[in-house]
Amino acid sequence: MNILVCISHVPDTTSKINFTDGDTKFDTNGVQYVINPLDEFALTRAIWLKEKQGATITVVTVGGATTEPTLRKALALGADNAIRVNTEATDGFTVAKELANVVQSGSYDLILAGKESLDYNGGMVPGMLATLTDMEFVNACIGMEIDGTNVIAAREIDGGKEVLSASLPIVIAGQKGLVEEKDLRIPNMRGIMMARKKPLQIIEPVASEPLTQAVSFEKPAPKSACKMVDAANVAELVELLHNEAKVI
Amino acid sequence: MSVLIFTETSEGSFKKSAFELTSYGKKVAEQLGTNLVVLAMNANDPSALYTYGAEKVLNVTASEYKTFNGKQYANLVQQAAAQENADIVVFESNANGLYLAPIVAVNLEAGYASNVVELPSSTSPFTVKRKAFSSKAFNNTAISSDKKVLGLSKNAYGIHENPVSGTTEVFNVEVVASSVSSTSVEKTSGTVTIADAEVVVSGGRGLKGPENWGMVEELAEILGAATACSKPVSDLGWRPHSEHVGQTGKPVASNLYIAIGISGAIQHLAGINSSKVKVVINTDPEAPFFKAADYGIVGDAFEVVPSLIEKLKEFKANNA
Repeated sequence: MNILVCISHVPDTTSKINFTDGDTKFDTNGVQYVINPLDEFALTRAIWLKEKQGATITVVTVGGATTEPTLRKALALGADNAIRVNTEATDGFTVAKELANVVQSGSYDLILAGKESLDYNGGMVPGMLATLTDMEFVNACIGMEIDGTNVIAAREIDGGKEVLSASLPIVIAGQKGLVEEKDLRIPNMRGIMMARKKPLQIIEPVASEPLTQAVSFEKPAPKSACKMVDAANVAELVELLHNEAKVI
Repeated sequence: MSVLIFTETSEGSFKKSAFELTSYGKKVAEQLGTNLVVLAMNANDPSALYTYGAEKVLNVTASEYKTFNGKQYANLVQQAAAQENADIVVFESNANGLYLAPIVAVNLEAGYASNVVELPSSTSPFTVKRKAFSSKAFNNTAISSDKKVLGLSKNAYGIHENPVSGTTEVFNVEVVASSVSSTSVEKTSGTVTIADAEVVVSGGRGLKGPENWGMVEELAEILGAATACSKPVSDLGWRPHSEHVGQTGKPVASNLYIAIGISGAIQHLAGINSSKVKVVINTDPEAPFFKAADYGIVGDAFEVVPSLIEKLKEFKANNA
């Protein structure tokens, strides 16, 4: 089985979010980049499949040379090959177009990704990729089993879960549940050494026009100070929530 | 030209989010000087949407569409968009909306912006404000394609009446083939879900163990609230993962969020940023949550929460 895992290179979740150039650019100063956590759940699930059923895992990202350490980390974790599409990601649609080109020039049975990246939270690349390549698609996947070409996938729905049956090839956008947080791995020394020798192919982009532009950014308005209520006077909180905040 | 929105029903009745989406769609249509068309799934009473500005409702009634299927539902929306000459299609950024929107966007050759929090700030260039960086910031996105797909963030716009005299047509299109099929649906029954809740009561490690969740549940019950928890609590297995709120868990956009014994790690705060009023109860006055909250009590949860339950019961009795 050939698995393609799409990886986004995002600021670490503890990063301070600031903007520069008149709030038009994300301030990368002092920011550590990681594999998008949701993509890492997908990658870990792919590694389990490889260990249990046998598979070749290719990881792909769309980005400049600065994203290579993120791909190397994925290789150190257990992916076999990496592909970097050599262009800066502009919008979700152009990323999906680049990935569609990668998918069409390979032969993948299963395409995994996180359901969104934790920077732009567009939540669009996997669904667009599936549609561009005329593949079936499952979003917000929280559990997946593969037997031959049969796929059983659970997806999160509002207030519960739905179990789906499907078949390969398919694009699955996952989240926590695909594996749990405790199942995430840290690359060991052997993995890191091996990752240096694994192939990282750089391919040139197919030109496509973005359909959206990130014009500017804003931080949430500064909060007014927290109103403190004495622990001995809980009735005051009830009164404030009713009369001032008007939420009860 | 028109604005098309996609609404869902639960056992034939609209959820509140359908009214919110209709209110929003109507305003967008007014901004563009056009009319609003609503695609409704198996609605018992499509006219319920007229109050919020639905001039035309296309009600899908065929039994083939009783169960959600990404490809088939996306095709329905595309066919409706083609029939109504819709330039803008709006979904709610909920489970099914987030599933469908990218498929529809590609097929309509439309640019797509998800998690939109306001009306378009400009219609030329068409610009919307959306949540980004896991709610730690907003991003103004311009959509340059002729057709546009939007996802409205839950509870971001509110419900606004805008009565019109609407009409309803039955709308059914041939079902396209899909190799994906639903085998079972499990809904958490009886309790309010985090996604739909107006009030969420959330507990952290400060509660010391799963055996102490009784008071959290009792508080939630009085408030008609959903229960949630912090990441350490779900990692420790005290509460199910489905209750984990935060950057890698669920986002919360409730009207009231009560955090008990949660210190307020940056990832947790990101997940609850969109909640309107935040209350924190914590023994540590230095807990970062106090900087993000609207109301705070420094105190022992095991004393404050039972007292809050008692006061709320009195309040409910007096305001019944």
